[in-house]
Amino acid sequence: MVQPRIRSRAFDAVSPAPATAPVAPAVKLTGFVRQFGANRVIDGLDLSIAPGEFVALLGASGSGKTTLLRTLAGLDPVGDQDVTTPSTRAVVFQDARLLPWKKVWRNVALGLKDKGVRARAEAALKEVGLGHRLDAWPSTLSGGEAQRTALARALVREPGLLLLDEPFAALDALTRLKMHDLVLNLWNEHRPAVLLVTHDVDEAISLADRVLVLNKGRIAAEEKITLERPRAPDTRFQAIRRRLLGHLGVEAPAPHEAALVAFPTGEAVQ
Amino acid sequence: MSLAIADRISSARPWPNLLRWPRLSRARWLSPVLLLALWELGSRLGVIPERVLAAPSTVAETFWALTVSGELPANLLVSLARAAAGLSIALVVAVTLGLAAGLSRLGETAIDPLMQIKRTIPSLALTPLFIVWFGIGETPKIVLIAVATTFPIYLNLFAGVRGIDVRLVEAARSFGLSGWSLVREVILPGALPSFFVGLRYALGVSVLVLVVAEQINAQAGLGHLINNARDFMRTDIIVVCLLVYALLGLGADALVRTLERRALAWRPSLVEQ
Repeated sequence: MVQPRIRSRAFDAVSPAPATAPVAPAVKLTGFVRQFGANRVIDGLDLSIAPGEFVALLGASGSGKTTLLRTLAGLDPVGDQDVTTPSTRAVVFQDARLLPWKKVWRNVALGLKDKGVRARAEAALKEVGLGHRLDAWPSTLSGGEAQRTALARALVREPGLLLLDEPFAALDALTRLKMHDLVLNLWNEHRPAVLLVTHDVDEAISLADRVLVLNKGRIAAEEKITLERPRAPDTRFQAIRRRLLGHLGVEAPAPHEAALVAFPTGEAVQ
Repeated sequence: MSLAIADRISSARPWPNLLRWPRLSRARWLSPVLLLALWELGSRLGVIPERVLAAPSTVAETFWALTVSGELPANLLVSLARAAAGLSIALVVAVTLGLAAGLSRLGETAIDPLMQIKRTIPSLALTPLFIVWFGIGETPKIVLIAVATTFPIYLNLFAGVRGIDVRLVEAARSFGLSGWSLVREVILPGALPSFFVGLRYALGVSVLVLVVAEQINAQAGLGHLINNARDFMRTDIIVVCLLVYALLGLGADALVRTLERRALAWRPSLVEQ
């Protein structure tokens, strides 16, 4: 098991915070490169996420989204490159990845060692509305329940950075809507920095403070979303949507056509 | 005449009706019971002499007599102790080697070729060598069982460890598990179903090897009982011992099933219990 060498904020007191930023960023990558053989998956990427900021990352398949997320999760070695992340990070994967041989609450408590783990797991599960499934086996959960368990498992660690890897992609449209609300509520409550990787432009716009478009291993576009939450698909929303789709190389529909699209469309940009 | 009979059969059909009787047509116990009855009849009529094969009733009587006298339980216990000793050694060795080979490339390179070579040599063929090395006491018997049962446990554990869902391992690593805690929380439980397959197979093999091992000058045990019976042409005792071997096999299987039900309760069962 190769442990990635990631400089954690907790042990990073020596390096001075950038003078220009008012608050030290939770995540900072400068000119980051990740290469598999001759293939540069990430090519000189600059990324900075403020503490408590909700960032969505859009990009076509093969744009390096997953590689970037794995790097930030500490799953890939970074060599001696400068990668700053909070010392506590947690990932919610597209598939819930619960250990089938551990009951739900033990999955949430995975890797926690201190006392009162059960109480903490219980509280986290209650927060995601699963207080009644503490002792269930993961194989008996529905897709939405499994994903909420995965959320509870991430949040019980009070992470400084929450990484969401297309966590709603496998859910049905109704469940996905409920999960959006839940994630926003949890984010408001705990205020971790969030990086949401998604294919869904509407999802990105309705959730995030800032939407990034990743293309060929670099940030190709950035869109700050200042709309009030909850966000309705009004004209400003549609304008952002058109611009983002443009960055993704998808021909944006004309305004009157866009108005006909029911919200949320759950449309996947491939 | 023949036409008349054919007519009666087709109209009355006493036999097909009996066989179509739904409960009788599914009675799987029927043919073994019929065989027993024929065997008993053959013995009573003198068609099957006692020295060839004792009658079922005689076998039952002998079974009871041997049990009451304590001869059978005492010898059974000796055999069970041998199997248990051999299996325990095999478990320790196979789990150690299986984990070492499963968890590291270096371990696989070092251990797996040796185990594969060992696999190609039938364990029972090692008997003469073990007699030369260890004499004719308890040691060669236990070593033979240990050697024969190591491989199935090793192979299945190795396959189980390698077959773990890497996405689960990755998730666990992202939550800070590494080293021994990763093995304990993720890899071992994930490999457990395969391990049980190996264990069940090893238990079956241990009974098989027990039979052969106890032919080596055993002073006690089921094999000793059989050898003595052979010398005195007591076919009833031989059959009793064969029955006990069969029961041992069934018991071993039931034991693993129980262990599996407890340890693998998390698995959704394909077939409802």
